Amino acid sequence: MTGGSGATLSETAYGLAFGLLLLTPLAIAGVALMNTGLGRSRSAAQSLLGSLLIVAVAVLVFCVFGSSFAGFGSHAGASLMIAGKAWDWVGHEPILLGGAGLQDPTTLRAPLMVLLQVLSVGLAAIIPWGSGADRWRTPAACIATVATAGVLFPLVAHWVTGAGWLAQLGANFGLGVGFLDAGSGASVQVLGGLTALCVVWIAGPRRGKFPKSGVSTAIPGHHVIFVLLGCLLALAGWLAWNAASALIFLSAPLSTVAGTALNTLLSASAAVLATFFITRARFGKPDASLCANGWLAGLVVSSAAGALVSPGAAIFIGCVAGVITPVLVEVLELGLSLDDPSGGVAVHGVVGIWGLLAVGLFGRLPAGVGRAGQVLAQTIGISALIGLVFPLTYLLFWLLDKRVAFRVDRDGERLGMDLHELGGGAYPEFVVHRDEFQR
Amino acid sequence: MKLAGFFLSVAGFFLTVAALVLLPSLGERFAFVICGILVECGGLGMVTRSHVEAARRMQSREGRETLR
Repeated sequence: MTGGSGATLSETAYGLAFGLLLLTPLAIAGVALMNTGLGRSRSAAQSLLGSLLIVAVAVLVFCVFGSSFAGFGSHAGASLMIAGKAWDWVGHEPILLGGAGLQDPTTLRAPLMVLLQVLSVGLAAIIPWGSGADRWRTPAACIATVATAGVLFPLVAHWVTGAGWLAQLGANFGLGVGFLDAGSGASVQVLGGLTALCVVWIAGPRRGKFPKSGVSTAIPGHHVIFVLLGCLLALAGWLAWNAASALIFLSAPLSTVAGTALNTLLSASAAVLATFFITRARFGKPDASLCANGWLAGLVVSSAAGALVSPGAAIFIGCVAGVITPVLVEVLELGLSLDDPSGGVAVHGVVGIWGLLAVGLFGRLPAGVGRAGQVLAQTIGISALIGLVFPLTYLLFWLLDKRVAFRVDRDGERLGMDLHELGGGAYPEFVVHRDEFQR
Repeated sequence: MKLAGFFLSVAGFFLTVAALVLLPSLGERFAFVICGILVECGGLGMVTRSHVEAARRMQSREGRETLR
């Protein structure tokens, strides 16, 4: 059931998967629009331009050398022998997609796998961009993207697919069918959330966000319409993404594709309604930004679980995601002084982890496969992400910050990233107002 | 404290891997993997605390600069 299995792909499935993949950039567009809307107006143009640049860097870096570490699912990578078992840690394919078999007319799966991975790395790379809004410099973000697309994403993507050590937990240690991640919940969502946390910590909070005395200052997103429109675009992208992933990674029959898309929609719907009622109960009126985060959390949780659970489980999983998202956003900001404008740490990181765990708890398993073993496989995957990938991400970003400062200088932050980096604002006809958020 | 927190996180991961390799039964493995994750969370907590203190120091410095 893991990616890159040897099962052949019919021409019909190839055509459908390719068509779906052409829609998946809508997920990237949706997240980029949400990131922009949740930041300040004085950084809007920099935010969207930065998203384009980050996606461009991610795609190029991944195709040039990241893909050689990621592998292409079916090929074994570099292994360590521990306790008589092969632990496949990293791929070793030729650079520039040399081992992908793109020119092989008999292989239908490989080109789709490469295209899906290239789109995945683009999405993973722009998740931290929203968390570092209003203070993360574009050149620094592009350089951090080199680390994400060249090292971090390929490592995780290799582990969870094909011959990777997490995917092989079932074969090597009898833990269910091995780590299951149908729609890149680990390599895109959780990795994106963890990189977002590193960026927020290294860049520090926006000036005036946490005053010396009193509670943190609310800095609302400048364009809630962008945020909500981004949610709708993300839905279209995610529906296609999860359905295409099920076809490519899981070799799912064509008849199950509609069910996967339906589960995605059910998760998102349950999540946004849960967030709506939670915020209404908490603040007296529903909060549009948090509801948007709840919607996205429902989509994120469906990345891992959408293709593997029943509709009832999808609703429950989405509902839990919708409940924990607003609570987490508040706890992280007020309790842990985390200035995360897009909520990427909560929405992609923590909810992504919940999605991975939910696959173990509620996922459909083949006959004879134990539930406890599957939950353990998922838990080991989560442990690898928190205990190995996160420290590695922080180390890489910390080193990069020493060479190219992540945070803009004081004047740049006061002027806004648009004026500072681009020389002009996104809304030149608007009257520039004083910074009412500064105390 | 931050460095110690990261080391603790990595140690938690190795505890998880050790449980996988050394322990035969599912129950024992489960218990040790949960312990490994708790150790990782402890490390993450230490790193978080270090960053909360850094954020407070930064704001305090900002407050002094504004007064000047």
